[in-house]
Amino acid sequence: MSSVATLHGEGVHSAHDAHHEHHHHETFISKYVFSQDHKMIAKQFLVTGIIWAIIGGLFSVIFRLQLGYPESTFPWLEDFLGHWAKGGKLQPEFYYALVTMHGTILVFFVLTAGLSGTFANFLIPLQIGARDMASPMLNMLSYWFFFLASIIMFSSLFVQTGPASGGWTIYPPLSALGEASSGSKIGMDLWLVSMAMFIVSSLLGGLNYITTILNMRTKGMSMTRLPLTVWSLFFTAVLGVLSFPVLLSGAILLLFDRNLGTSFYLSDIVIAGKILPNEGGSAILFQHLFWFLGHPEVYIILLPAMGMASEILSVNSRKPIFGYMAMVTSLFAIAILAFLVWAHHMFVTGLNPFLGSFFVLLTLLIAVPSAIKVFNWLTTLWRGNIRFTPGMMFAIGFVSLFISGGLTGIFLGNSALDLQLHDTYFVIAHFHIVMGVAAFFGMFAGVYHWFPKMFGRFLNNTMAYIHFWVTIIGAYLIFWPMHYEGLAGMPRRYYDYSNWESFKMFGGLNEFISLVSMIVFAAQLLFVFNFFYSIFKGRRVTTQNPWGSNSLEWTTPINPGMVTGPVKYRKFTEELYDYAKDGKEFIPQNVPVGEDETDGH
Amino acid sequence: MKEFLTVALGILVFIVIFQIAKASEYVSALKGEEKTRKQNNKINAFLLIAFLIFGLIGAWYCNELYWGKTLYPQGSASVEGEEQDVMMYITIAVTGIVFIITQALLFWFSYKYQENDNRKAFYFPHNTKLELIWTGVPAIVLCTLVVFGLRFWFRVTDDAPKDSVVVEVTGHQFGWEFRYPGSDKVLGKKNYKLTTGANSLGVDFADKSSEDDIHVSATMHIPVGKPCKMVINAQDVIHSVGLPHFRLKMDAVPGIPTTQWFTPKYTTKEMQDKTKNPNFAYEIACDQMCGAGHFSMRGVIVVDSEEDYKKWLSTQKPEYFTIFPDKAPKEVIADSIKTSKQTAQVLPVKN
Repeated sequence: MSSVATLHGEGVHSAHDAHHEHHHHETFISKYVFSQDHKMIAKQFLVTGIIWAIIGGLFSVIFRLQLGYPESTFPWLEDFLGHWAKGGKLQPEFYYALVTMHGTILVFFVLTAGLSGTFANFLIPLQIGARDMASPMLNMLSYWFFFLASIIMFSSLFVQTGPASGGWTIYPPLSALGEASSGSKIGMDLWLVSMAMFIVSSLLGGLNYITTILNMRTKGMSMTRLPLTVWSLFFTAVLGVLSFPVLLSGAILLLFDRNLGTSFYLSDIVIAGKILPNEGGSAILFQHLFWFLGHPEVYIILLPAMGMASEILSVNSRKPIFGYMAMVTSLFAIAILAFLVWAHHMFVTGLNPFLGSFFVLLTLLIAVPSAIKVFNWLTTLWRGNIRFTPGMMFAIGFVSLFISGGLTGIFLGNSALDLQLHDTYFVIAHFHIVMGVAAFFGMFAGVYHWFPKMFGRFLNNTMAYIHFWVTIIGAYLIFWPMHYEGLAGMPRRYYDYSNWESFKMFGGLNEFISLVSMIVFAAQLLFVFNFFYSIFKGRRVTTQNPWGSNSLEWTTPINPGMVTGPVKYRKFTEELYDYAKDGKEFIPQNVPVGEDETDGH
Repeated sequence: MKEFLTVALGILVFIVIFQIAKASEYVSALKGEEKTRKQNNKINAFLLIAFLIFGLIGAWYCNELYWGKTLYPQGSASVEGEEQDVMMYITIAVTGIVFIITQALLFWFSYKYQENDNRKAFYFPHNTKLELIWTGVPAIVLCTLVVFGLRFWFRVTDDAPKDSVVVEVTGHQFGWEFRYPGSDKVLGKKNYKLTTGANSLGVDFADKSSEDDIHVSATMHIPVGKPCKMVINAQDVIHSVGLPHFRLKMDAVPGIPTTQWFTPKYTTKEMQDKTKNPNFAYEIACDQMCGAGHFSMRGVIVVDSEEDYKKWLSTQKPEYFTIFPDKAPKEVIADSIKTSKQTAQVLPVKN
């Protein structure tokens, strides 16, 4: 370890205590496969996430083909998909399977595991100055449970009756009864088992992140000096640990209903001419259990993106983040409120209107901390000296998308308007912008910003800028017009609109959206190419701190070895984000407070 | 062939981009990385402000193209929906203003404060007054929206007026069934275990009040100007009765009946004239994923004038007589084609 530091990290020796010798004999297996190193695990999560993102994105392109060109046939689809695309036309059942898997993959496998799995593992130890996670073993298991979940989910794509097809929310009775849909046969069991594995992975990871942040901060790194990335990952982990078990219980009850003849969610059902004996269950119960996870889940996706955007905006504006304590408090407020708003997904289920009114109030209250965050980001940019690195571009794009998508939440959170907009394309537009594309932008910002730290090389800038511009223009072109489809009452999850007098006038628009989605997908492939190409052939990082950031990860050697981490820090500065203070460009966190330094607060 | 060409073209574009990207890296190494970085900075700052301007123009253009196709220019087809439309306009106005201001600031700041060797970033870590303003103002605005929203919410979720026309709506994979209570104005009891091929809704005919109940499929009729109350059921999985024109939606959940009510303002004919679309129909769109045929789960509500509605109702035969044809009095079937008044007189006798 000490030799690595000497080779690559000029001027950092003083920050290191070299008395921890870690010269394991590293084999390929222990270094790349069953690795217990947080940085390698982060990369494993990231690469697995990228593979899932390609699959999930490809699914959306295939079902957009159907939506954009409902009259056409694509013979080559039959070559790939066989009887699922008989005669070159996607079958409705498989269309729904694609929609379901697109949602499941992107929400859970990419934007939960791929996003917080990657950055929590990579950044928490480095930014708080810990050697590694509290339990590297659990950390490794967390990845391998995720891997197991991935394998099971992936295998469900190949069963004869197809993967789950009841929507990513898998509402019973549709998901509970094999007779209701072919996707509710073995595909649904695999979905549930895979999610159970996924939840185990998420819990192992989350507990580890929380423990690490609470216990393993380096000397002087008090909670109020944590970078906002770490704060956001902390709240993300807390949300996950408290809400995922509820989904697990919901999923287990559903497995019982499916396979053991219980009636948790089933009552008074006649299906395919068969009168079922189940009585007394409630289909709505599942929705409560699901959304008790499902709503915190959208913040599990969004908070890390917020934290990384905060960090990147501050670094590249060369200014401290505006209102650090307000940013932490608003993260905390969002995390609390996230648990109290789940029923706004259920305004039209026959929910008690009086109960519903509380959910309206609490839901719209979330807009307050969100507004604080937006205004603070804007003020961070104000009078800065902004460098448009690719990471910064994506962070700005994130703020833009977060505003656009967040504002439409004010429509949907208001039950009066939700009566009209619920389950229409307005909802699709809203959540794709605010938690889909925005979270992806946060993730891209993070990848572009920390790639030099991960691999010791830069991503190619030209490809990065092309990726950014095509993606942000494309994202708006795809999702902005969908609001209008929603205002026309066009329901989501329809295979074909051409027989509907009320919705068929959007045929041209649907074709346009499909076309743009293919271009945007191609731009993502450009990113993937850039990513893998740059790992091996990218421009080398030659300075220890290429972005001039003051957080601790940039005080480590360029290529952190197998065991890294700033070991012991000297005294901290009083203020966390010290940019442009006292006429200095920036002051790294590990530099002690100078004699003449002013107090920021 | 076309697909092949598209893929080939895509790969070509990829290669070109990759070559340019590689070349630009060499160029920047020659020119000096700092210089290239500053150049890129200027280009991207300019693109950001251009994106704002073209984005706002694009948003306006999109509105020109598609606002006319939404349901708002034609107005709400239900009396209650009018208030919701006002609510919608207020929300669009509020969020629209915030949207334009924040997006403009975001991109304008990015452009204005792009890196410049002569500028020093301004150290500005926090300001309590500013933070209090932008906590307080959104909180007040949102509370106002909540108050107005909830007022409407409580009104439409309240009990339907007593004189409502009651229709029971039942969803199944993949269609809608409607049951009218008949002249006694009471829907007969149901028990899902009684469901058979003929008695598809599982009506309990031991209950006398079910004998005059009318069962129709796919298309339902209601009179204009009178509140209509829907009692909503599902037989197999969750469906949702989506009525975009009436600004309403309610899930159909197996085992848990739900209700919704509204007062139609225009007959179907009036709407056909109003929208200048002779095929206009008040469509019931299933709004809850319910299986492979979800997208085709279409129902139609025909809003008739009071007179036409009565005429239509009088032609409908109670389901009891379809299922037990031997019990059907001959004159009822013959008479039912005549006026509703006669039917109304005949049926209670048979009860």
